[in-house]
Amino acid sequence: MSGFLAGLCVAILPLLAAGFWLGRRTARPENLGGLGTPVEHATFETLHTASLAAPPLRAGLTEETARKSARRLRTLLGTDALCLTDQERVLVWDGVGGHHRDEIMKRLAGPLETGRGEAFPLTCDALDCTVSWAVVAPLTVDDRVHGALVACAPRESAVLVRAAGEVARWVSVQLELADLDQSRTRLIEAEIKALRAQISPHFIFNSLAVIASFVRTDPERARELLLEFADFTRYSFRRHGDFTTLADELHAIDHYLALVRARFGDRLSVTLQIAPEVLPVTLPFLCLQPLVENAVKHGLEGKSDKCHIQITAQDAGAEALVVIEDDGAGMDPSVLHRILAGEVSPSGGIGLSNVDDRLRQVYGDDYGLVIETAVGAGMRITARLPKYQPGVH
Amino acid sequence: MNSSYAVPAVALVVVATVLVGAFGLRISRTTSDFYVASRTVGPRLNAAAISGEYLSAASFLGIAGLVLVQGPDMLWYPVGYTAGYLVLLLFVAAPLRRSGAYTLPDFAEARLASQAVRRLAGAFVVGVGWLYLLPQLQGAGLTLQVLTGAPDSLGGVIVAVVVVATVAAGGMRSITFVQAFQYWLKLTALLVPALFLILAWQGDGAPSHAFEEPATFREQRVVRVGDSLDVKLDRPLTVTVDGTVDGRTHTDTALRLRAGTHHIDAGTRLTFAAGDPVPEADRRSDAGLSPSQAESRGERPLYATYGLILATFLGTMGLPHVVVRFYTSPHGVAARRTTVAVLGLIGAFYLLPPVYGALGRLYAPELTLTGDADAAVLLLPDRVIGGLGGDLLGALVAGGAFAAFLSTASGLTMAVAGVLTQDVLPSRGVRHFRLGTVIAMAVPLAASALVGGLPVADAVGLAFAVSASSFCPLLVLGIWWRRLTPPGAAAGMLVGGGSALVAVAATMAGFPGSGALHALLAWPALWSVPLGFLTMVLVSLATPGKVPAGTAAILARFHLPEELRTEVKA
Repeated sequence: MSGFLAGLCVAILPLLAAGFWLGRRTARPENLGGLGTPVEHATFETLHTASLAAPPLRAGLTEETARKSARRLRTLLGTDALCLTDQERVLVWDGVGGHHRDEIMKRLAGPLETGRGEAFPLTCDALDCTVSWAVVAPLTVDDRVHGALVACAPRESAVLVRAAGEVARWVSVQLELADLDQSRTRLIEAEIKALRAQISPHFIFNSLAVIASFVRTDPERARELLLEFADFTRYSFRRHGDFTTLADELHAIDHYLALVRARFGDRLSVTLQIAPEVLPVTLPFLCLQPLVENAVKHGLEGKSDKCHIQITAQDAGAEALVVIEDDGAGMDPSVLHRILAGEVSPSGGIGLSNVDDRLRQVYGDDYGLVIETAVGAGMRITARLPKYQPGVH
Repeated sequence: MNSSYAVPAVALVVVATVLVGAFGLRISRTTSDFYVASRTVGPRLNAAAISGEYLSAASFLGIAGLVLVQGPDMLWYPVGYTAGYLVLLLFVAAPLRRSGAYTLPDFAEARLASQAVRRLAGAFVVGVGWLYLLPQLQGAGLTLQVLTGAPDSLGGVIVAVVVVATVAAGGMRSITFVQAFQYWLKLTALLVPALFLILAWQGDGAPSHAFEEPATFREQRVVRVGDSLDVKLDRPLTVTVDGTVDGRTHTDTALRLRAGTHHIDAGTRLTFAAGDPVPEADRRSDAGLSPSQAESRGERPLYATYGLILATFLGTMGLPHVVVRFYTSPHGVAARRTTVAVLGLIGAFYLLPPVYGALGRLYAPELTLTGDADAAVLLLPDRVIGGLGGDLLGALVAGGAFAAFLSTASGLTMAVAGVLTQDVLPSRGVRHFRLGTVIAMAVPLAASALVGGLPVADAVGLAFAVSASSFCPLLVLGIWWRRLTPPGAAAGMLVGGGSALVAVAATMAGFPGSGALHALLAWPALWSVPLGFLTMVLVSLATPGKVPAGTAAILARFHLPEELRTEVKA
């Protein structure tokens, strides 16, 4: 029987763990009653209700977000009915007296135009209707009226007017934050569009010059290089999709290196160590080629002898680990720090900070570049790429 | 059995696995040639890797043991283990690859855009992984015990330590090569001895008797009973007993046992004469230990067989260590080709264990009495061929068996540890992955010490049942049905997978019931899979407002070939 009990314990363990996790996820600070005086308790309650109403509104003023927050807002005001509108229509009516929708919308034309609050009595034929009076408080973002908060009550009340005004102002702040969120998203999108596909103009000049130098002496080589150039530029200028696979990015790096090798000959050698498992990993378009370009630049800068570049891609569980290493001049870490912080603009090319920014935007701040370097000690850049990230495909 | 060859063979496999894992990448792909370096894993290599990871202790030892004890009905196991890939090929392989998901929780998030469903899927990955790891560790313990007489749990501990060390140290880096190597190693380790065994059997005059007949001893044989058991005799039988039978102690006395049931205590030695029928063992009386599923199988063969078929056919697609390997395929079509190749490779492998089972019935029938039927594969070379040749072949088989434990266990540990670090432990990072690895292995190791020995293949069958009831509905409906909603998926997984999990836990814990209820719990797939599907469909239909916004686009991505997709975008 002991075996049975032991087995049962083992079986129940995962269930307990799941329960614990679920409990932690859904835990809410409900148990505030024991704390402080009744006034403080009321303050806690109010703040708590307000904090619950905030998250939906952070997504902007729509029918769904209004529906989610209206009940909380009504609790906050303690009225019989509360309604949120935008410029044209009632988004949600919470509480009694829903038949006043049309009347309210008619009376709102003024306040929505001027942005001033107003209070007015409601006319009603229904005998059992308990709301006979409404307070309108406009919701403004950047001095533009987006909609209105309407609180209805059985009788006139100065307190309600004041409270509705305050709540409306609080809602307006949330909507302003939503607006801010939206513009931040738009900014990121614009930045990604601006950041992508900037291949260095120097590289184009240099490549064409090298090809030109071969045209007379070695026409066959010149032709091959032109084709490499065509392949690389086609990849760089492609229009569709913000993402590519590691395999495609490596091919682009190959074309790039063929052109660079034509220019520097034996001075440059490259070794690759690629785990085939990570080749299908999706990553932001053109985010490794700049790192290789950087390694070539640093490797050959101020050195007349040879430079070696090592490119490694490893499989590390749910991530791929890409390391690009050169044995060139290296860099003072403090200078590098300022470049990455955007204080100094690097000379030409897309640059490391751009790649760093894009990786952080796509994968989150945990996934920035890790750069190890010192003057004269070469440079080693590590990028971690998650194998799966929502929205990256 | 002579362990002077087997132990070095096992050690060799362990060392080779670690070395190929650590250095395989360096040897295989250090180059300055981009064309060579950026070649993706081909379908055949990937298929060998999938097969290597998939063929576990259950396949290597368990099937032969079951065939030995229970006869040809058990051939449904290899058929089911293989046919699971057919279902995977038809319904899941290519869309799963095109979804871009690496793990099953990733798939749930990609399809349903819900963190809650993702976490639930993660919990089930951990559950299925642990259920599947348990028999691997038990199998390793059994192997080492048979080889060296070491305590039962030592082999499991060794496998656990090796796997945790290699996975946590960032080994297994070139995992595709390691796993492909393991497949060929396992195939060789079964194929070569099998050929010799068949030759020896031919030389023996190719004796055969029908599977339905009771097995008989071909020569005088001393059997030491490990756990106390009841034997059922159809006819009276005379054996020489040294130990306790029916409560009375005998020392080397010939005893005539009447037809009926007799209780034999642990440690008793029975000497059977040539030609004696092998008595039928009945382990029902073992208090505490898990009763074999054989019982309910005996009572309700049709129900048990259908339960097994459903679990293995639909469960393969939800095995966490199999799913992650599809990510290695460069695109959906390659994923399909890979699955076809897997069908071939696994089909070839599964021809061999039944050979061992059948020969075991001839040459080592007493294993049904000692309760070590899973050891048949390991013991046969010594028993049939003997001498140095037998020892060497036995060493080869032992090495293959350890390869089976190591590859499957490391794949599962990686998958479980990945989910633990990503979705359970507070923050990500290398240290947490190591912690996750330790947790992923510690729980089944503790469980294997606590829970009694269930036949290895049966225990794996239970993991399949849970996978079939939770992930099969999620994958099939997620890929083929637009109206699936996050609440529906969560409810379906909870009801289907959860009920299967409860049934499995009750069975493993030795739920003392019997009859119909026990059969229902021991073979849950037949009711839990439809239950999972039904719940998922009904709850989804009841929450039509919650269909994720981008469903049409997501399904188009799942089903359109990659080449078309880029054109659509452009």
